[in-house]
Parts: sequence; C-alpha cells; structure tokens
Amino acid sequence: MIELRSVQREFHVGGQTVHALRDVDLDIARGDYVALMGPSGSGKSTLLNVLGLLDRPTAGHYRLAGEDVTSFDDRQQAEVRRRRIGFVFQSFHLVPRLSTAQNVALPLLLAEVSRKERSRRVQAQLLAFGLADRAAHRPDELSGGQRQRVAIARATVTRPELLLADEPTGNLDRKTGDEVVKVLEALHHDGLTLVIVTHDPDLGARAHRRLRMQDGRIVADDRRAR
Amino acid sequence: MRAADQFAFAVQSLLATRMRTLLILLAMAIGTAGVVLLTWLGESGRRYVVEQFSALGTNLVIVFPGRTETVGGAPPLLGETARDLTLDDALALQRSEAVRRLAPVIVGNVALSHGSRERDATVLGSTADLMTVRHLELGSGVFLPAGDPRRGGAECVLGPTLRRELFGAAPALGEWVRLGDRRFRVVGVLSSAGRSLGTDLDEMVVIPVASAQALFDTAGLFRILVEATDRDAVARCVADTERIMQQRHEGELDVTVVTQEAVLSTFDGILRALTLAVAGIAAISLVVAGILIMNVMVVAVTQRRAEIGLLKALGAGAPTIRAVFLWEALLLAAAGAGTGLLLAEAVSRIAANAAPALTSGTPPWAALAALVVALTIGVGFGVAPARRAARLDPVQALARH
Repeated sequence: MIELRSVQREFHVGGQTVHALRDVDLDIARGDYVALMGPSGSGKSTLLNVLGLLDRPTAGHYRLAGEDVTSFDDRQQAEVRRRRIGFVFQSFHLVPRLSTAQNVALPLLLAEVSRKERSRRVQAQLLAFGLADRAAHRPDELSGGQRQRVAIARATVTRPELLLADEPTGNLDRKTGDEVVKVLEALHHDGLTLVIVTHDPDLGARAHRRLRMQDGRIVADDRRAR
Repeated sequence: MRAADQFAFAVQSLLATRMRTLLILLAMAIGTAGVVLLTWLGESGRRYVVEQFSALGTNLVIVFPGRTETVGGAPPLLGETARDLTLDDALALQRSEAVRRLAPVIVGNVALSHGSRERDATVLGSTADLMTVRHLELGSGVFLPAGDPRRGGAECVLGPTLRRELFGAAPALGEWVRLGDRRFRVVGVLSSAGRSLGTDLDEMVVIPVASAQALFDTAGLFRILVEATDRDAVARCVADTERIMQQRHEGELDVTVVTQEAVLSTFDGILRALTLAVAGIAAISLVVAGILIMNVMVVAVTQRRAEIGLLKALGAGAPTIRAVFLWEALLLAAAGAGTGLLLAEAVSRIAANAAPALTSGTPPWAALAALVVALTIGVGFGVAPARRAARLDPVQALARH
C-alpha cells in the first residue's frame, strides 16, 4: 500500500537546515495498523504529513497504491487525498459554524457527490457512529468524544483506504479516548489501513506494528505477533 | 466542489459572521446608492435645462450686438458695442432665403399702470412674428398687428400675471394702460407659459418694436431672434446673417450669432460632464467599500486558517479554496449593491414626488453601471485574499495554535 524510498524532508529555519526526515524507507501493507511513536521533534508528524500528501519530501520517492505520488502536481495530489486518504486530528478541526451532518458531508461536497447521495451517505455514517441524534448540533454543543467521532465519521465518509490520525486521543480523557480508539479499531477491522501518531504507550501497544522515530529516522520497527 | 455547493458554503460562512456581513453590506449599499442618486440628480438637472431650451423655439438663431471671441461662452447681455444693432439690420436679414421669419427684440423695465394700480413691468418690444418665433400662446384677444415694423402702434399684449394684477376680474381687452409716459391699448393677453430660463413671460408686456424704441429712446436692439426655414438651413442662416451684418457694418463683423442648438448642446455637454464627474466622485465610496470587503476577507482568511487547512486535507485544490472566498466577496458586493439600488430607487421616487422638476425613478443605465462597478470592485478586491487563502500551506494552517 505504502512504499517510501530514501525520503528526506528538510526545513530551513533561520538560516539553519533542520532534517525532519532522513533517508526514511518504509513499507506499510494494506490493512495494517501502525503506531508512529517517538519524542517531540523526532519527525513523526512530518512523516504523517508526507504520507497524507500535505507535505512534499525534499528528496526520495513515495508510492501510494502503486502510484508514484511524488511526481504528481498539486491538483493530482488533492485528488488522491480526496479518494484514498482520511485525516483525524488531535484538535478535531470541525468547522464551527457547520452542524454535525454538514461537517461529515464536507468531503462528499469536495468530491462533487450529488445532494441526494450525499444525504444518504451522511445519514448512514451518523447512524454507524451513534451520532444520529446529534446531526443538527454544532461542534460547540458536542462533548470532546463526540467531536472526535464526528471527525472520524467525516474522515471515513468517502471510504478511503488509508486513515491517518495525529494524536487522536491527545485532547480526550482516558475513557473517551478509549472509546475513540475502539471506533478506529473497528474501522481497521473492516479493512482500513490505520496509521496513528501517538505519545501514549498504551495506545501504541494496541497497534499491530510500532515504529519508533528519533531525529528523523525510524529507529525501531516491531511487530506484535497476531 | 460544485458551483452550487460553493455558493451555499459561502452563504453559510457569511451568515456565521452576521454583524460583520451587515456592516459591509451597508457600506456597499451606501456607495451604490450614492452613485445612482447623484447620477440621477445630474441627469434630472440636464433634462430640465434641455427642456427649458427646447421651449424657447426650434431652429432658432440669435443675433447679439457686439462680439466676443470666446467659443461657447455666454453672450454679452449689455454689449458695449461700437455699433448698435438696428431695426434696419433686422429687416435686412429677411433677404436670406434661409430665414423664415424673424423678430427684433428690445427689452427694458418701465412702470405699467392702469387707473390707480401701478407696478414695474418688463417690456418686450418686438413684431407680430415674435409670437411664432418664440412659441407664445394667447389666452385671449390678438397679438401685435402685422405691418410695417418701423411704424410704432399703441397696441400691447399683457402677460397673465400683469393682467390679473392690473385688472383683477375686470375685462382687460380694449382697456388703455400707461407705460412710462405713453398710453397703450390692450389687444391681447398671453396664456400662462411659466418660467423659461429665468424670464417670467407671465410678467411681461409686449409692444411694437418702434414704440419700444421711442419709449426707451434708443435705436439699438437687444437682440434679433431669427427662425431658419428648417433644421438643415440653420448653418446657412448663420452664414447669411453674418455676411449681411458684415456688409451693413462696413465690413466689420461686430455681432455675435448663436444657434439655439449650439447653446443647447453646450449646456447639454457641460451638464453631462458634471453628472459623470459627480458620479465618479461617488464611485470613490464604492472603492472604499471594496477595500472594506478586502479587509474583511483578509481577516476571514486569517481567522479561518484551520478551516482552509482542513479543506485542503480533505482534498480541496487551490481553485476550490479560491472559488469559495471569491463567492463570498461577490455575494457581499452583490447583496450590498442590490440593497443600494433599492434604496436609491425609493429615495428618488419620494424626492420626485416632492420636487416635480426631478425625473421619477433612477436612470436604468446608472443603476446598471453602479451594479457592474460594485461587482467588479467586490470581486477585484476579493481576488488577493482568495489567492492568499488558496496558497496557504496546509501543514502550517493545521498546526496547533
């Protein structure tokens, strides 16, 4: 599903060059469940952004589902994001003026799905995530756990193959965090490839594969026996 | 994203910041209404003047004594001229075949009395042809008799105001009135013509030109009104007039010949330019409103960085982001301009009811022009913020604050 070959990402900050990613080689199989761990500044968020096509590597190649997406222009990359990738963020990033249903419908809007089809899929998604009675609520009327469920419902409404989550439980208490993780794991169970950036060792322990990063390199890669 | 969805998305984000949206709408509405109303006022004024001039008579050529070389300037009202314009000069003009008829005119002020009633009146000394040349209408009686203009009769024609003030309800026709030291018999009364370019015909008394010459003890005419045979003959009429005058004044062209049309088109041009200038000044307020739109959009882009980053992460390309923000700018401009047009229409209708000289309803071309300018400005000033939004780096836009 994912092939990274000698991927580099450098930033120029105040005349200095920061190597956020150094020579990263990585393969992730379809349907895998990967936790990306490491201290702050180790490059795990940059790696996630590269995987999500939000950031371009300075050098190296990235093949996603067989396509060399590093050679794509912005328009083509946007298209790949729309079709194949879902994002979940620590701070949810719900649009505050839009209702739950409207937030979930956003990716379908961008994919130019017809109004009728849109409302059908949003309804199904809200039901599946237990949000049907919150459809008309705005984000500020929802609890943290509900907000993250809305965000996950939004990220998966287009049936992407890859879900990238950046500290999805970072803003939640343990109990609601666990609920959110269960939601993510259920999606993984249905075949979704899951990559989670986390500080939380318990969450990392639940993943099938743990990548530990330090100074822009993957320093450990261990796979739990299934 | 489909256009309809972009539109709905933009409407939603404008509704989310209601107060700000309303204030921008207000600015845009005032700007648009200002342009339309000032254009309308200028246009009303222009039409008023043009109508007044048309009422003076058509195919008219006016000869003034004296000559100024300023093109299009106002002719000297009391020319200090070397040579007077005489009655014989006027009669000589009839030699031109481009002249249908003409009326020499002497103007002066003198006391008019009947019995014990007396008042100041403007005396117009002229001939029978003045009636046709100047488009006068009689309320009762007859106008000055045709005949040798050099022979001064004792007939006079009163304006309706003078007639009322002197005679009240009593009959005026056939009565004798005193003008200065002479007596005149009232043969006719003009019908009310209203004011015409500052001269109130209702307060005039018309007497034969020779009598006026005697009354004021002058041979010089105030002007000669010449009616050309038709519109095409006006130019020929001017040329003939100048030629004849030059011949009679020993080769010197010391009269000014103006056509009604030249004066009319000069005024028309001046007032049109004024209207456009005033509308242009008002358009500045539209530009200011446009800058307000830009300001609001820039603020919106900054405040909605996370949302823009999110849209990009969800697969929105730069064109989609740009389109969403441009829709917002366009909507603000369109709604503001629309409100402004309605406002202008309402104000103009109310004002036209109070002042009939104003035309009712704003000129459609002004409304259209204001709308186009408003939309262009709205979109024009929306482009920069929209491009800025589209260029945002999603990683930075999504970064935790």
